[in-house]
Amino acid sequence: MNIKHDLIALLITSAASLAGAQVTISEPWVRATVPQQKATGAFMQLKADQSMRLVAGKSPVAGVVEIHEMAMDNGVMKMRQIPGIEIPAGQTLALKPGSYHVMLLDLKQQVKDGDTVPITLEFVGLDNKKHTMEIKAPARPLNASVTPPDAHKH
Amino acid sequence: MYSFLQACRQRWSLLVLSCAACLLTGCDRSGDALARFHAIDITGAPYGHDFRLQAPDGSERTVADFRGKAILVFFGFTQCPDVCPTALTRAAEVKRLLGRQGERFQAVFITVDPERDTPAILREYTQAFDPSFIGLSGDLAQTQKTATDFRVHYAKVPTGSGYTMDHTATSYVFDPAGKLRLAVSHTTTATDLAADISALLKDAVPGH
Repeated sequence: MNIKHDLIALLITSAASLAGAQVTISEPWVRATVPQQKATGAFMQLKADQSMRLVAGKSPVAGVVEIHEMAMDNGVMKMRQIPGIEIPAGQTLALKPGSYHVMLLDLKQQVKDGDTVPITLEFVGLDNKKHTMEIKAPARPLNASVTPPDAHKH
Repeated sequence: MYSFLQACRQRWSLLVLSCAACLLTGCDRSGDALARFHAIDITGAPYGHDFRLQAPDGSERTVADFRGKAILVFFGFTQCPDVCPTALTRAAEVKRLLGRQGERFQAVFITVDPERDTPAILREYTQAFDPSFIGLSGDLAQTQKTATDFRVHYAKVPTGSGYTMDHTATSYVFDPAGKLRLAVSHTTTATDLAADISALLKDAVPGH
């Protein structure tokens, strides 16, 4: 299953690059939910040839998609909606637990382990032009750990 | 904060004393005198004595209901994408690492968001990590009282579409006699936490 996830991520990476936009998205994943749970997080790695800004998202599984930042402040977990995330040119920016994430809110259905969740992300370049990119993020179990499960243990 | 500072000071002075003692005597049982726990020892803390909240089946639970087990208590909310699943995943790993001792380990998840975390969601959520884990909730007043009793901070913070919760990410450990013993940082590893809990469980069964 993990190998399948890696493969999907790999395919998405290629597809996203081929689409002509200047952003490469790799290893996307969404945390699975339990029934009636209305929110979850999406994580991924972003890389851009030129500086870009992730400004918005949408997904058919969520009524609302927001960009969030999580931070620990003196032992208190704080999560904040932010207007966007800068992706510096040539650098890989990780959206990961303990940091940035794309928040899927007002979920219309349970996200089950193994589901594939389509998310359209909107970026703005230095030229103020909008680029959208669709990813298909595999759902990992609710108890998925911070590091990709077994991704590098073959 | 009383507990953290004082516990740290106590721990360091113990460490210094025991190292000095070992240098002088060449003792080989330094572990006995060294800080015993990876987490912060808050034994005797003047807070966090008890909780009185509802389980998903409607029954009321207090610390006494888990007598004989080490209890790991974490405050969170199920819409938390990050710290809460990580803490509960660690708790499940602790139980696994404890092996047979794991039968005397109980993880308790107390929601700071009772308006959204219904008993049904809490049951599904905690059981996704381990079938033995239990989620507790109260009304707004009970939730506030429990958090205050445990010196846990939480606050509702509006976001574009609704709200999220800030909350203390520290876990607490009660020993099998129902006494609050440890404050556990969210960065403490499952291995270290399992060792601490194993020590508390061994203390509780003399001769084992």
